[in-house]
Amino acid sequence: MSALLEVRGLRAGYGAGEVLHGIDFTVAPGGVTALLGANGAGKTTTLRAVCGLLRRAGEIRFDGARIEAAATEDIARRGVAHVPEGRGTFLELSVAENLRLGAYMRRDRGVAADIARVLDHFPQLAPRLRQQAGTLSGGEQQMLAIARALLARPRLLLLDEPSFGLAPLVVQQIFAILRAIRAESGIGILLVEQDASLALALADQACILDAGRIALAGPAATVGRDEQVRRVYLGY
Amino acid sequence: MVGLLHQTLSGLATGGVYASLALALVMVHRSTHHLNFAQGEMATFSTYIALMLIQAGLPYWVAFALTVVIAFALGVAVERLLMQRMARASPLAVVGVVIGLLLLFNGLSGWLFGFTIKQFPSPFEGNGGGGAFGGMVSDHEVGMTAVTIAVLIAMSLFFRMTKLGLAMRAAALNPESSRLLGIRVGATLAAGWGVAAGLGAIAGMMVAPIVFLDPNMMAGVLLYAFAGALLGGIDNPAGAVAGGFAVGVIENLGGAYLVGTELKLTLALVIIATVLVVRPAGLFGHVTVRRV
Repeated sequence: MSALLEVRGLRAGYGAGEVLHGIDFTVAPGGVTALLGANGAGKTTTLRAVCGLLRRAGEIRFDGARIEAAATEDIARRGVAHVPEGRGTFLELSVAENLRLGAYMRRDRGVAADIARVLDHFPQLAPRLRQQAGTLSGGEQQMLAIARALLARPRLLLLDEPSFGLAPLVVQQIFAILRAIRAESGIGILLVEQDASLALALADQACILDAGRIALAGPAATVGRDEQVRRVYLGY
Repeated sequence: MVGLLHQTLSGLATGGVYASLALALVMVHRSTHHLNFAQGEMATFSTYIALMLIQAGLPYWVAFALTVVIAFALGVAVERLLMQRMARASPLAVVGVVIGLLLLFNGLSGWLFGFTIKQFPSPFEGNGGGGAFGGMVSDHEVGMTAVTIAVLIAMSLFFRMTKLGLAMRAAALNPESSRLLGIRVGATLAAGWGVAAGLGAIAGMMVAPIVFLDPNMMAGVLLYAFAGALLGGIDNPAGAVAGGFAVGVIENLGGAYLVGTELKLTLALVIIATVLVVRPAGLFGHVTVRRV
């Protein structure tokens, strides 16, 4: 089975500084690959490089086609949805408008039905549709960001620290939703996460990034059993 | 008392023109953070095109619609050919370029259509209407208020209800997030310049029968529109529209009872200076706090 996303020798950085020094990983169709690592290891940079938000070199294949030279909006149009760090919410627009923007690329008539279906996943958002997105709590904003990404009907979802700054209960809720989405839609997920145990529980593949290089990669269960990973990232 | 009412109504009529142009300024500023000082001259140029079309024998409203389309294309062309290349330039360089555009369109208008003052027809006069409110406002003032209000309502619906309008707002607020959703931000910027130029053209065609058409026709109007946009909040479309109407009334009342018609234009400068000193974000603007 060929990979949904295949990254080979990816180098990327900001200005003159290179952050990623050639990394390889894949996301299988319907699979979840977790990118773990300390702050500054290059996790967010990896996601931004895949989406074409910064200068990159190397080989990125999405569904077999090379996308390393494509523009961000064209990568999005191919079916890659990115929920960025800080969630990329349009704070001044209403919740409903944020959701409509998620479906911007679609020409079909199923958008309204999909919004209703997404609201089933995130019932907290339903009474807040007319509110400005900036008035939502952090957890609600994260839910809105994931909901907005799903409305594009992507085949690959890039999630940048969905647990960041949220209460443990809210984090659990969001990961339960991610499991449900994965089970029902078959979307591939590339997950960047500080909370390694949470990420490893959801993922089937995991990579540990260290200073812009892959330090360890393999099935999530194997990576989770690694002595050093447990000590450094899991704390037991 | 009748005089006061007359001045107020007349101020609202011209205020609609300022509101349209203020909205054009705000649209460009929201998406690019630059002020298009050439907005007025582009509008004047479009008004000359309208006059040319009318003189060529086209019915007024056909010429009107055609002019709006041409102005839209002109705005798109200016963005694609010129402003797009200035995206990463320093603010001062951009100011230089828009002032260059101002001079370019001002010169083009004079060179192509002549520097003499011309009459511009009003589609609302000569129908024997006799104005409204017992003749206090002219047929043209009634008509142009109706047109500007209709245009402003249409713009509001466009930005709220249509996909392109929503995408244009999103691209102005957060270009990177917009690109991640597949929105072609460059195209929405160009469309924004086009719509702004179209709004300017309508403002030009509405005000020309009152102030007469010459290459510098919009210089004063742009100042009032700028004052209106600042008063309402340079990043707030609804505020800019309200500000435009308010400036129209202030201008007329101030001109009639305070400073006289010769010094009316100073009122615009007084408003601009006052807003910048007292409340730079405008009456309805957001104060953006940036972490440094």
